[in-house]
Amino acid sequence: MWGWLFVSPMVVGLGLFMALPILMAAWVSLLNWDGQSNPFTPDADFVGLDNYRSLLAEEGLAQSLLATSLRNNVYYVLLTVPIQTALALTLAITVNQRMLRGRSMLRTTFYFPSVTSSIAVATVFLFLFQGSGAVNRMLSWIGIKGPNWFQDSRGVLWVLLDAVGIVDGRPDGALGEHRLMGLPWVEWLAGPSVAMCTLILLAVWTTSGTFMLIFLAALQNIPRELEEAAALDGAGRRHVLRHVYLPALRPVLFLVTTLGLIATWQVFDQVYVMGQGDPANSTLTPAFLSYSYGFDNAEFGQGAAISFILLGIVLVMTGIQRFLLRERGVRGQLRRRLATATARQPAADEGKEAHRAHN
Amino acid sequence: MFRRSTVAVTACAVLATTATACSSGFDKSKNGPEQDTGKKQSLRVLIATSGDAETKAVKSATAAWEKKSGHKVTVQIAKDMDQQLAQAFAGNRPPDAFYINSDQFANYAKGGSLHAYGDKIPDAEDFAPELRKAFTYNGELVCLPKDSSTLGLVISTEKWKEAGLTEKDYPTTWDELEKTADKLTEGKTTGLVTTNEYQRLGVFMKQAGGWITDSKESKMTADSKENAEGLGFAKKMLRSGSMKFAKQVDTGWAGEALGKGKAAMIIEGNWLDGAMKADFPDVGYKVLPLPAGPAGKGTLAFSNCWGVAKESTHQTAAIDMIRHLTSKKEQLASSDQIGVMPSRTSVMKTFAKEHPESKGWAEGNSYAQRPVTVPGFTKVLDQFNADLQGLATGSPAEILSTLQRNGEQALKKGD
Repeated sequence: MWGWLFVSPMVVGLGLFMALPILMAAWVSLLNWDGQSNPFTPDADFVGLDNYRSLLAEEGLAQSLLATSLRNNVYYVLLTVPIQTALALTLAITVNQRMLRGRSMLRTTFYFPSVTSSIAVATVFLFLFQGSGAVNRMLSWIGIKGPNWFQDSRGVLWVLLDAVGIVDGRPDGALGEHRLMGLPWVEWLAGPSVAMCTLILLAVWTTSGTFMLIFLAALQNIPRELEEAAALDGAGRRHVLRHVYLPALRPVLFLVTTLGLIATWQVFDQVYVMGQGDPANSTLTPAFLSYSYGFDNAEFGQGAAISFILLGIVLVMTGIQRFLLRERGVRGQLRRRLATATARQPAADEGKEAHRAHN
Repeated sequence: MFRRSTVAVTACAVLATTATACSSGFDKSKNGPEQDTGKKQSLRVLIATSGDAETKAVKSATAAWEKKSGHKVTVQIAKDMDQQLAQAFAGNRPPDAFYINSDQFANYAKGGSLHAYGDKIPDAEDFAPELRKAFTYNGELVCLPKDSSTLGLVISTEKWKEAGLTEKDYPTTWDELEKTADKLTEGKTTGLVTTNEYQRLGVFMKQAGGWITDSKESKMTADSKENAEGLGFAKKMLRSGSMKFAKQVDTGWAGEALGKGKAAMIIEGNWLDGAMKADFPDVGYKVLPLPAGPAGKGTLAFSNCWGVAKESTHQTAAIDMIRHLTSKKEQLASSDQIGVMPSRTSVMKTFAKEHPESKGWAEGNSYAQRPVTVPGFTKVLDQFNADLQGLATGSPAEILSTLQRNGEQALKKGD
């Protein structure tokens, strides 16, 4: 009873501001609601799964907008998450070196983009990547004529293939005729647009600092003895990374990729600042599409349905990722147990405590 | 087990009560709320301003009305008008009077958030018929257009002189426009700059004799030959490089391109006057009527209207205030301050006399096309604008047939 009393502030808070709104939104996603009447009366226009049907199964504008936004976001996730994780890990290992001079200054520098407001950073990027902006001017020093970044809706795959002469412009024919969810294959395969690439760059730049911090904390938890033992065994730096750091970092790696995955699927603020889907819908994301359906088109039911589709995607993706990063086989478990056993010898019952608390 | 379920039930009960309490704000009586008839009412007005000049103009006009009527007015400036209004309607606490953008008008009217007050305006006939039609829903005039603007061809006098052109070279046909734009395109200057939206490029469709819908807005006519011809002309100019979109020359809109000398000609409306005065006071320009296409002259008309919320308790006072703000005197005053034209036909002559520099825009009033106001059309037209971005490489017929398809679907849903 006391337990419930103590947790009640949190339970009520979560219930009121998380669970209840989610349930309300789920109800709204089954309505044809324009945001200008009470959705919780019998008068509400209940349409069942119509909102989902027009998004997923019915040919039309709603479906092709959702398909476009999913295409954009898939490429955004596929590029952002691995790059930011790899970069964050590299940075963390770099600033974790005991021999490195000016460590704390470097740590601050790398972390700095993360504490800056993403709106401010996005605005600065707008100016940097203008057609005659700083980035293109720097590119011109080495003889490259940069694109007009935020106006370029071409997919980078076709741009690259065009540059090396494999395709001309963008391929037509079968790829252009056959469609999936109302979007021709040539669009699905195009890769992120040039404009989207700048958004990816921005996301990597701003978030890798935060993840560096998480990796750094975990790295400092790895006992020196392990590294020394590995060094005595004659392990090179690459081997230490592969056989000491990475296994020890596995839970943190899962945390970082999960956080990254969720954040990238929900990207909104940069899109809102940098063009609201422009150029030619190539930076449109489901989160922004949901907002735009609600507030610009007065179709809140449709908007809510999009956010539930997004929720489903995030859940599935996280599940897949959990499966991929699971402990593999007996060997992995054994190795892990050995590692923790050596690491935690002085505080052996700490693990037990944690285990009990978890139950 | 027992305890756990009691707690769960209590928690649910608490949540349910709060939920009902939250949603109780929505309870609307069918005819709107009871009206305040007091002598000293306090009105909230929400506007999306184009700049300091407009804010000042609205504030001084409402202040004058405060003195006359004895009521009090608070003018709020919206940062994101659509979002703020939608939130206010959903939260059931809308401002009493507010600007309504023509592309949102139909959504609000259909949702029943607007108090249609057209029948309470004795001289409603005086307002420009095209604009009245735009703000009519289900046969009722819902709100009064606050002003009017049309598009014209604006030329930079300096670039004109530099290229050795004279008044005789003012383009009056598509051919002349194309040739002049070619001549003016040089170095960092582009002959004609405009934005990639149907609110500008639509003039070519209109000049070719087409438009997005029929005149009653009940049928899509997007995939017509005329429209394809209009966009085809724009495409030809885009491909030759004598026409560019504002963002391609690193500017936010065509006015900025004109001010920065990146454009010799632009297609813009009356609001340009106020903006140029504020940002580029030294740049000389002249406004001409848009060149005629194969089907004659054509331009687009724009306006916001003064909406009154159905949920407002101060409707009578708000209507009275709007009548003051849209009176002949106030409209002419805001023309002087912001550059927009009056929406009353009876003062257009006075406006033309007082502002000979805006003749090119004023002339357009007689043949201007009103904006499309169909519920659910916002996303259809947004998609059209997104497609127009790729006009230089795309096919006009394909873009138009997508518009036709999407529009038909939205029309069907709107019924």
